Amino acid sequence: MSTATLDACIGRRWRKPPMIRRAWLRWGLSIGAVVYLVAAISSIEVNWARVYEGLDRGAAFIASFARPDFISRWGGIWEGMVESVVMTVASTVVGIAISVPIGLGAARNIAPLPVYLICRGIVALSRALQEIIVAILLVAIFGFGPLAGFLTLSFATIGFLSKLLAEDIESMDKSQAEAVRATGSRWWQWINYGVQPQVMPRLIGLSMYRLDINFRESAILGLVGAGGIGATLNTAFDRYEFDTAAAILLLIIGTVMMLEYLSGIIRAQVQ
Amino acid sequence: MLRLEKLTKTYRTGDMALKAVDLEIPQGQVLALIGPSGAGKSTLIRCINRLVEPTSGKVWLGDVELTHLGAAALRRERRRMGMIFQEYALVERLTVMENVLSGRLGYVGFWRSFTRRFPQTDVDEAFRLLDRVGLLEMADKRADELSGGQRQRVGICRALIQNPALLLVDEPTASLDPKTSRQIMRLICELCAERGLAAIINIHDVALAQMFVQRVIGLRLGAVEFDGPPDALSPDVLTTIYGEEDWQATIRKVEDEEEEALA
Repeated sequence: MSTATLDACIGRRWRKPPMIRRAWLRWGLSIGAVVYLVAAISSIEVNWARVYEGLDRGAAFIASFARPDFISRWGGIWEGMVESVVMTVASTVVGIAISVPIGLGAARNIAPLPVYLICRGIVALSRALQEIIVAILLVAIFGFGPLAGFLTLSFATIGFLSKLLAEDIESMDKSQAEAVRATGSRWWQWINYGVQPQVMPRLIGLSMYRLDINFRESAILGLVGAGGIGATLNTAFDRYEFDTAAAILLLIIGTVMMLEYLSGIIRAQVQ
Repeated sequence: MLRLEKLTKTYRTGDMALKAVDLEIPQGQVLALIGPSGAGKSTLIRCINRLVEPTSGKVWLGDVELTHLGAAALRRERRRMGMIFQEYALVERLTVMENVLSGRLGYVGFWRSFTRRFPQTDVDEAFRLLDRVGLLEMADKRADELSGGQRQRVGICRALIQNPALLLVDEPTASLDPKTSRQIMRLICELCAERGLAAIINIHDVALAQMFVQRVIGLRLGAVEFDGPPDALSPDVLTTIYGEEDWQATIRKVEDEEEEALA
């Protein structure tokens, strides 16, 4: 194109160059995607007779939301909620405390290569192992109860928070950090003055978000015996006490909404 | 005071940013470094305090050679070189006072800086400097609340509180309006004169440089093309540094400069 003259260009239509240059590949990918989608949808088997039967049960489940029963199992619900809250807060705090140094190490622009690789390895490991699988393993080791849940959530928090913190550090404004380095500061002073102020709002926002996630996860982890409100919920389902289950779900929804509201306020404050 | 010997920087991409630059700057001399973008001006001043590692050559600050220093010794020497940046490079979410005091980081321990309990002499000096640049009442404002000119003055305080022997100044006026640019340049040069500091000022604005400095270095493709007093910058010289252009409007006459000083 460098040899193009203006005369050759005038009057010619202009279009954005396609993202994939090779036409056969571009069309092949599009057609392949459509074929795959059609094949995938048609492979789903739906037993409509079973759906019809199940509608009643679904209706009973939904109807029970209209009359949630907080009373008859209140003792269990209260205990489960307290356990979940303790688990959530403890695992978030511990998770953050461990995530910050790992996040620093996982940022390529401030950590030397060996440290970077180790920290990225830890992050990858934490992210690769799904919470439920970790919980099952830890329940097997530590037995039923909230300790396993606490450890699971702490572990999961590391993968989440370290990764996002490291990414925020990597995209920070280099010149601000450079200016602090030029004063002759030590490494820790450099982090404290040049890096921390830049990433703090994001770190706080992410921590609040993780608190929220950990609470919701704590409701799931109970299903595999790792304690918390999930255990109470599981029991309610096992006994077909949908009205108690509905009460628990409403409490979880309420708590999550409250956390959402709270994190909104906090994030607005720290900007 | 500062002596560069065959200072060379080759980036990993193979770009020769500096080609064996020799330069000597005596105590108290303010020097402007001009040249087109990519000539190596930024690289040159960053190689002095080793924000960029030079490939070869030597840098003498007084009688200390900087290029072979270990981490701790380098930190100690960096304290003697205050740096002022393009676009100010203040830490935006810290207060003005914290930004100024960050210039003392090389002198205080981690816990003192972490808890923001700097020695009273440092705090007093910070107030004195802020007063000198007319920003005393801004001390507790956050840096991002300030205007461009105010931010650059905070940047100057941060560099000066290091009690440096040398100022490295990288495009101090690049994002400022013409009037503020002059004020900032005047302030830097006055402060250098008051304190007997040497300074290297990277600057694009040739006329502005001529107005304030005692010596001009022209850099082109990583090599020194011109070294002389500001009024020796003729159209021919500018053509060798920058390439062909009509330079008449760019070069300031000495008379203009005097009028400027009176105005």
